[in-house]
Formats: sequence, C-alpha cells, structure tokens
Amino acid sequence: MGRMRIEEEFMGYPRADGTVGVRNHVLVLPSVICSSHTSRRIAQGIKGAVALYNEHGCGHIGKDYHRTLRTMIGMGTNPNVHSVLVVGLGCEQVIPYELADEIRKTGKRVEVLVMQDEHGVRNTIKKGRQVLRSLVEEASKSERIPISVDRLIIGTECGGSDAMSGVSANPAMGKAVDLIVGKGGRAILSETPEFIGAEHVLARRGADVEVGSETLRIVKAVEDLAKSAGEDIRGAQPSPGNMSGGLTTIEEKSLGCIHKGGTSAVNHVYDYAESVRCAGLSIMDTTGDDIRSISGMVAGGAQIILFSTGRGTPAGCAIAPVIKISSNTRAYLNMKDCIDINAGTIIEGAETTGMVGERIYGLLVKAASGRRTKAEILGQNDFAIDRILPTI
Amino acid sequence: MLDKAYIVHNIEDNVGIAIKDLNADQLVSCASAQFHEKTIRLKNDIPFGHKFALSPIVLDDKIIRYGECIGLATANIAAGEHVHVHNVKSARCHEE
Repeated sequence: MGRMRIEEEFMGYPRADGTVGVRNHVLVLPSVICSSHTSRRIAQGIKGAVALYNEHGCGHIGKDYHRTLRTMIGMGTNPNVHSVLVVGLGCEQVIPYELADEIRKTGKRVEVLVMQDEHGVRNTIKKGRQVLRSLVEEASKSERIPISVDRLIIGTECGGSDAMSGVSANPAMGKAVDLIVGKGGRAILSETPEFIGAEHVLARRGADVEVGSETLRIVKAVEDLAKSAGEDIRGAQPSPGNMSGGLTTIEEKSLGCIHKGGTSAVNHVYDYAESVRCAGLSIMDTTGDDIRSISGMVAGGAQIILFSTGRGTPAGCAIAPVIKISSNTRAYLNMKDCIDINAGTIIEGAETTGMVGERIYGLLVKAASGRRTKAEILGQNDFAIDRILPTI
Repeated sequence: MLDKAYIVHNIEDNVGIAIKDLNADQLVSCASAQFHEKTIRLKNDIPFGHKFALSPIVLDDKIIRYGECIGLATANIAAGEHVHVHNVKSARCHEE
C-alpha cells in the first residue's frame, strides 16, 4: 500500500487581519439570551448565515463576565466568519455596540440591531433579514485561494470515549496533529480534567519551565474545584470499567487521552477562549464537556476540530467543521451519520496508526478546502460557553 | 501466516496491546511491525485491550506505553506475561 501524499496547501478565505478562514459564514450573534430566539429567526432559511444560540450575556460577575465576553468576541473574530450581525436586546450586561467594536478590530463588517430600539421582535426580524441578506451577498463574492497548511489552527477533543480510544483513535489523531505541527501549523490540546495523572508528562513536554508549571497549576485547580464539591477525581481512577477494559493506572488512562494532541513540545498554556497566537502545540484550559471545550477553542481561533469518540456523538460547532473519528468499527457503523473516519481498522490489524493518521490529515485538508463534515451535514450548530461563576 | 494480534504505540514500549482475545501459548505477531518485529509466545490468556510484556521486565522496572512510564512492576514479569493491576502499581501514587 502506497503512502498518502501529505498536502502542503488548502483552499481558504484570506481575511483582512491576516488570518485564513476555512468557511465563509455570516454570523448572527446575539449579545444575550433574550435576543437568541430572534437571532435564530433572522437567520432561518438564509443560506450562508448561521445564528448562535447564546444562553448568556447578563448577570455575570468579575472574571466570569470577562471570559463570557471574550468567548462571544472570539466567535465573531474567528476567521471562518466573514461578517457579523450582532442582535441585542438593549438592557443587557454585554453591550452590543461594544461587542461589535471589538469584532470590527479584525476589519470585518459588523452590523448591530437592538430590539428595544427597533420596536420589538417582528421589526427586528424584518430589518435583520434585510441586513443579513446584504451581508450574505457580499460574503458570497469571497473566493478561496491556495494557502499553506501552516495557517491552520486545529483544536483536539475527545468525547464518549471507550477503552479503545487510547489504542486507536487518539494515537491516530495524534499522528495527524504531529503532521500539521510538523508543517508549521498550530494545534490545541484541551480538556484539563483528562490530564489528571499524566500532567507530569505534559509538564515535562513544556517548552520552558513556566509552561510546565502552568500545566501543573491548571490541573491542580480542577482537582481543587472538584474537592471543594466533595469529589476526589484522582482517587477513583481508573474506574473498575476502565480496569476490566485493560487500563492499569491513572497515568495510562490520561496518556491515552492526551495522545490525541500528538507528541510535540507544549509551547503555551492558554486560558479558556484566549486567542491562540503561539506556533506549534498549545494547551487550552477547557472543561471535559465537549461543546463548551470546542466553543472555547474556536473562540480562540481554531478553524477545524478533530474529535475522537468511542461511543459516537453528533457534536458539532456553529462556525467550524468538526471531524469525528471513531475508535472502533461498531461505533462507526452504529453512528455512521455522525462519524467521518473509522480508526477501528487499527484494532482489526487492517491499518496502522500512521496510516489512519495520514487519512485524518488528508480529510482535514479537504475539510479545510470546503468538504463538509458529517456534523455540518447534520446542521449541528452547537455552541456553549463554559461559565466559572454563578449567575447573579 | 501469524495473526496480527497486538499493537505497540512507540519503539520505547515494553508492552503490547491485544487487539483481540488471545490465549496462553499462542504465538503472536505485531500489527505495528515498525515498532516490534519479534513474535511472542504468550504465557497467559490476554483479553482484548489488555497488555502483555514484550520482553522480560524486572521488579521496580518502568512499564512503558506510548513511550511514557505508566507504572512500576511489582514483580518480575516474563515476556508474554499479562501486565495489569496484579503486577503493576501507579508510579504517581508512589511519588506522592
């Protein structure tokens, strides 16, 4: 069997701020939960437009406010977004005009509609649809051009894992990530709770002492948070089910998870939804909840997500393609409408980890050039923000 | 032809992972031949997803998977022997 060609370029949309999109969405961005339903109705039936359902935007305090705002801004500034229509209510904590100004810094066109100024829902929808159609008309003039793969930022995620995730899907995904990092691209390893037990390995892979100590700090913070709720995450690992599946120690289990990020040095540790600017592999401090973690990475600039699964999940993202990789053939066949690549061939002895890694890389480049992933075909416009303080 | 019965993740690894249920005395070869070319005679039944030693492992030696230490041997382990909670302890708990 011949080796696959490792593509050097994809077809992407160059943006005014120097970033490159793999999609060309016009985003309807509600600044608060109160305008989310109206935002959906504005985007309904307009091809090329997508609305987020934003459950937040009011009642935040302190660092939770800043994180929430940063995530909303990040969704608007993501290079997969051509232009934005911000829809506000008018009395919310996140000020729609300020949100728009932050996104405009990228050079994107951003329009704002405030429901209390537009005299209600119906008028906002009517006007919103007019504005949106003109934005889509403008967006559809954009053309893809050849772009080096080093402009890609890949987020990694795993969800619905099984005992085979660490045998097939995650190591294969790690190979694809190593390929993209080797070409000069950027990748993000997420899901801090899954580092527990292997944080010493990640810390050792830190490019400098500070990265190492940051890695240890975010893991300890998650453990301390669980402890404050009376839960000892480390003590109960690996679970009896993990052990009967063949996992012996907590470090083995966590190494299986973090292998999805490949083997490169870790160059930086980012907070949730922070803009990923650093070359090579970085860590982002996200939750184990798939949609919240994906949203954080996409707000941080990731254009594509690689996602391994043992059980199968429909998870997607409103503005970025999510490529799903199953660890076993049974899950692939059971959830075929959700899964793009089957890594189960590794445990059947039909393919090596390296071969599947190259297939993942190949699909990654094709998806970057416009091929729709299963989650996109299903219309999985998922979005959620990981909150860190209660709503007041 | 021998069954490709196990995989090895990294050239440093001293354990193989069964990709099917394997039996004691079975002679098995690796599906990831770039990391491990030898055939191995199994000493125990190895269930799907479980590990066995690729070479003799001495008491207190590191168990290496993914090129990383996943624990320490609590007994001498022969090549082909099942490697699991009965003969491995977490190196993390040991440190703490």
